[in-house]
Amino acid sequence: MTPGVTDLLAAGPPVVVAVTAVVVLLGSLLPKRPRSPVVPTLAGLALATAWVGAQAWTPLGRETRAAFCLGPPEAGALCSYSAGDLTLVLQALVLAGAVVVVLMSAAAVPEQRLPAGEFYLLLLCSVCGALTLAAGGDLITLLIALELVSLPGFALVGLRRRDARAGEAALTFFLVSVVSAAVTLFGISLVYGATGAVHLDAVRAGLAASGTAEPMAALGVVLTVVGFAFKVAAVPFHFWAPDTYAGAPLPVAAYLAVVSKSAGFVGLMLLLVVAFRPLAAVWGPLVAVLAALTMTVGNLVALRQREAVRLLAWSSVAHAGYLLVPLSVAASAAGRGILGEAVGATVVYLVVYAAMNLGAFAVATAVGRRRPANLLTDYRGLASRSPLQAAALAFFLAALAGLPPGLSGLFAKIVVFRAALDGQVAWLALVMAVNTVVALAYYLSWGAQLFRADPRVDVADSPAAAPTPRPLTLALGCALAATVALSVLPQLALQVIPGISADLGESRPPAASQTVAPLR
Amino acid sequence: MNVLLLVLLALPLAACALLVALRGPAGERWAVTVGTITSAAVLLLSLAAVRAFDTGAPQRMQLETDVGWTSGLGLRLHVGVDGVSLPLVVLTALLTFLCLLHLRRHLPEPGRPRALVGLVLLLEVGLLGTFLALDLLLFFIFFELVLIPMYAVIAGWGGAGRTGAATKFILYTLLGSAVTLVGFLVVFLQTGTLDMVELAERGGDGMSRTVQVVAFLAVATGFAVKTPMWPLHTWLPDAHSEAPTIGSVLLAGVLLKMGTYGLVRIAVPVLPEGAQLLAPWLGAFGVVGIIYGSLVCLAQTDLKRLVAYSSVGHMGFVLLGIATLTPAGLNGALFANIAHGLITGLLFFLAGGLKERYGSTDLAVLGGGLYARAPRFGGLLAFAAVASLGLPGLAGFWGEMLAMFGAYRPAAGLPRELFLAFMALAGLGTVLTAAYLLMVLRRVAQGSAADAARGPLPDVAAREWLAWAPLAALVLVLGLWPRLLLGLTDPAVRMLLGVGT
Repeated sequence: MTPGVTDLLAAGPPVVVAVTAVVVLLGSLLPKRPRSPVVPTLAGLALATAWVGAQAWTPLGRETRAAFCLGPPEAGALCSYSAGDLTLVLQALVLAGAVVVVLMSAAAVPEQRLPAGEFYLLLLCSVCGALTLAAGGDLITLLIALELVSLPGFALVGLRRRDARAGEAALTFFLVSVVSAAVTLFGISLVYGATGAVHLDAVRAGLAASGTAEPMAALGVVLTVVGFAFKVAAVPFHFWAPDTYAGAPLPVAAYLAVVSKSAGFVGLMLLLVVAFRPLAAVWGPLVAVLAALTMTVGNLVALRQREAVRLLAWSSVAHAGYLLVPLSVAASAAGRGILGEAVGATVVYLVVYAAMNLGAFAVATAVGRRRPANLLTDYRGLASRSPLQAAALAFFLAALAGLPPGLSGLFAKIVVFRAALDGQVAWLALVMAVNTVVALAYYLSWGAQLFRADPRVDVADSPAAAPTPRPLTLALGCALAATVALSVLPQLALQVIPGISADLGESRPPAASQTVAPLR
Repeated sequence: MNVLLLVLLALPLAACALLVALRGPAGERWAVTVGTITSAAVLLLSLAAVRAFDTGAPQRMQLETDVGWTSGLGLRLHVGVDGVSLPLVVLTALLTFLCLLHLRRHLPEPGRPRALVGLVLLLEVGLLGTFLALDLLLFFIFFELVLIPMYAVIAGWGGAGRTGAATKFILYTLLGSAVTLVGFLVVFLQTGTLDMVELAERGGDGMSRTVQVVAFLAVATGFAVKTPMWPLHTWLPDAHSEAPTIGSVLLAGVLLKMGTYGLVRIAVPVLPEGAQLLAPWLGAFGVVGIIYGSLVCLAQTDLKRLVAYSSVGHMGFVLLGIATLTPAGLNGALFANIAHGLITGLLFFLAGGLKERYGSTDLAVLGGGLYARAPRFGGLLAFAAVASLGLPGLAGFWGEMLAMFGAYRPAAGLPRELFLAFMALAGLGTVLTAAYLLMVLRRVAQGSAADAARGPLPDVAAREWLAWAPLAALVLVLGLWPRLLLGLTDPAVRMLLGVGT
């Protein structure tokens, strides 16, 4: 299984990003430093995006999408890298999120005196890991890719030297990640012991043969889920997230909350749905409980937050709960072919969540430049200081709350609700319904600040004193455009569901489509 | 395909966008004018819809438009009107127009007309859309669309306790509507369609009794919060009394009707077996609301709060009418909907007028002698009050009479003795309603010579007549000629209930 040229072509997106990372590193070592690594970074990300687009839109056949296979890369072969619809959508999401984060960083990196070369190198390495994770075809690739996402993350969080909060945040993040990686590794090794296979498809076959009778496999599955629960900050494995987000530079916090979390979710989905599907009865209820706990705790604690970033951190914990909801239907999904659609629902929610959350982080970054404490009260009077930012933030908050005019958030919630009800976990849908109300309370109290008069009028706060840098405005514009587009044409996101569903070999049986609702 | 209704929705939305674009002092200066012209145009368009509407067949969906929006959700831009929704559309357009007329002279603190008018127009889009939508999800989107503008109107321009009241309003109603959404999705997953017309025609086919009961419970909970049904009404008094005048008028006049409209349009026809089982509960809560609302009104010391609580009682009659599941009851409910919108809208305008004259709506501050101090104003207040207590010959009478009439002989399968008891209690409620409204008249309008000696007050001004006279006239017209409305609603109601004429 030596990698050939076709393998590298198929695995193009992560390779391009990795090469870009090396170029950025070498560029920063040159005696005459280039001005900023932003442009090459963006160029690399754009090229990778184009590559993903080419793989998605051109019918080039499987050999251009799968690599590092045992035997010829045709249907049925076990491949370590395989880019199905799920992979391509998530890769596009990761790349788009990374572009917005780079735009947000363009001004923040020099302002906060972060070393530019290292910053973009680490960011690109992490993105490369996320891209690989989305395409991982065996347990070991998944684990290594997951570590590649996380390891640069610690350094990014702690990059602000001489800042005690950053150091503490990085250490918390590091310890949690190491523990979760260890737990995941233990779980995976148990699964390997039970099935004797590492490729996801082979693991599924092995588990299907042994069934739930094998307690070692079941324990392995549970431990793997727990390991990933750390990664996506699901309660009770969430405690690191708020401290880490609050201590990190804001663009890095946005990266962790959106891109890194998406990577965690895609890894989780690949493992659960592709490899561990025969044990759905084991992990389905576990995921359901995790989802209910995560959204409830996340929202309740978010109610008490006074800092914008901490509020966003806790709200992103809550959103992780919503994202887990569709996966929890697995236990009742057997034979009904709805698991693929459930995964599609999670992906749709991820896409919408990425757009609206990055937007909120972008506005928070802009406000944080003038008011470093970034308290919710610092947003008072934003509507009169910078009306466009205030309007954008109000829109993002409405979308996060799932209320019109933020329709994209509402559509995403509807998709998740529908998946839950279709999978007969109605209790979870009701928990989620109550949670949306709790969530509205804190989004509302933040949004209302924007339109209150600011009692403190100081000259230093005038927009003229600290104009928002253009790349940051551009990042905000990108997120806003995406959120508006998804509000008007939700089909942009929803159209991925059938492909993902078919890709996972999980279409509704035709007989069932007459009695059960046609979803497309 | 008929674009009239789409234009009706797009026009206020476009005006909203225009107001967003009109920045600076010019925008503030022209905002109310833009809003007035837009809402006048919307009113004219709604009247054009009435003209285009074939009143010979009001049970048929007319002026329909049906285009796909999002195939992944099965969401369609499907709108139309029938005899049930047409009067509510006109009521919405009329009240919004009158509110904007009112704004021309009485801009509530802290000004900022551009934002206020924009929000009112957005609110109008949501309200009209709710009454026009024929797709469950589209209905839900419009249903939710009113929340943020109404929250902002109360929180931005309301009285002293506005923030709490606005937050309570939005959280309560969202809790209800989130449950409603779950109910809608249950219906969709069971039947595979979101088309409200088709679902009503099927009348629950394809859904087991259990599913219908669960779905009805979920759907009706959300509507009951909006209506509001006792004991889910606690958001209402604060929201109504803290909101600025136009906020109260739109809240009581139209927003509450979204709940009862949803019950009539969706919950009852789509889930008949669920309705059958839960109707006695609906009726019981409605009757408790009638009695409770009137008793609380008797104890009120603030006029605005009293009018707010009176809504709980009046909407109790509407709920009772719906709970009978008979054509008479549903017609009564729909009639009472419109009548309450007109009368309570007028009462809130009058309360706002009193607030401008006295600086308060506290009954003790108002004192007596309004007849002597401002005779026309006093007369109008007396007119609205007796209309509200259901004097025959005015609009308030027919709806409540029909609702009680329906309770006398409820639909087959409902416990008749229980409904007879409901009817008796509702009758007691009408007496209590009369008591508190006459109390208001005695304390505010009548009085001693000493009250009159406090000197004259500015009487109803011409611009006030402009906003108030249409409401008073319609109250009289509907009271004298109820067929105008019943002729529209009756065939449609029979269609929804699946009973012949």
